[in-house]
Amino acid sequence: MSDPGGDWEDASPERLYVITGGRSGALGPATLDLVTLIVARSGPKPGMQPEHAAIIRLCQAPLSVAEISAYLGLPVSVVTVLLDDLLAADLVLSRAPVARAQLPDLALIEAVIDGLQKL
Amino acid sequence: MDFRNSEPPSGPRREDVLPQTASAAVKVVVVGGFGVGKTTLVGSVSEIRPLTTEETMTQAGVGVDDTAGVERKSSTTVAMDFGRISINDELVLYLFGTPGQQRFWFLWNGLFEGALGAVVLVDTRRLEVSFEVIDRLEERGVPFVVAVNSFPDAPQYPLEELRGALDLPETVPLVQCDARLRESSRDVLMTLMRHLYSLAVTPEAS
Repeated sequence: MSDPGGDWEDASPERLYVITGGRSGALGPATLDLVTLIVARSGPKPGMQPEHAAIIRLCQAPLSVAEISAYLGLPVSVVTVLLDDLLAADLVLSRAPVARAQLPDLALIEAVIDGLQKL
Repeated sequence: MDFRNSEPPSGPRREDVLPQTASAAVKVVVVGGFGVGKTTLVGSVSEIRPLTTEETMTQAGVGVDDTAGVERKSSTTVAMDFGRISINDELVLYLFGTPGQQRFWFLWNGLFEGALGAVVLVDTRRLEVSFEVIDRLEERGVPFVVAVNSFPDAPQYPLEELRGALDLPETVPLVQCDARLRESSRDVLMTLMRHLYSLAVTPEAS
């Protein structure tokens, strides 16, 4: 019993259900985008749910929700639920993406063009 | 450290870590049929090895009822590959490849929300998928450009002929590319950005 993760088939519905405590990301307000950047406010704490601790470890430097999902091998919808927990507990910060709706932003497009030119 | 085995923790390589100053991200979606080269394009311009994120069909509620009958659910997962380009110290561009076929459109909701725009990647041997995709993007009001991926064994058509075949308005840029080449893929993104720029300057052109 010391290896609670061992018997679960990877990403099976049952495992995902347990990780999120049966919650679904679809119910909450969709504040987290695939490219919302997440930064941890501190290091992982003892007694944290392993998935929470894993996210905190990953996010010592800014990382997008999509990257967190990829590195943890968990669907975005599950990562979103876990991140909502961490945000509510003030353990991580989120940096919202720049949305197209906010665009009168020629400056943003120019910045991207400049950046691409350097590739 | 309490790792039980010798495998390294899964996470970004040291050189892939974003600077603490990274404060905003934008996304661009590369959409096209199966095997058209989306992942190739993403991989050729990405600064990180392309990553894969998965989403389950059941999440989207595509006709699956909400009973607790977990055993009945087939958890079909759909993978999306994505890459990253650091534009400058603050701004990061993410590139997502997503399948164009109608049955995957449930993925589009979260994906296109807030996306700067899209690249429709086209294989001249399979234009049908492109029709659907282009119609759908127009419906959603997502600005896009069309890039024809040159496969060595695919028939070559003049771009204007393809424009006609795709029923593509003159206002939508159409370019040829080789998704395997970094510079070529970069140029496709530049085409999209310049298109976005002109749309922003003259909004009535959209």
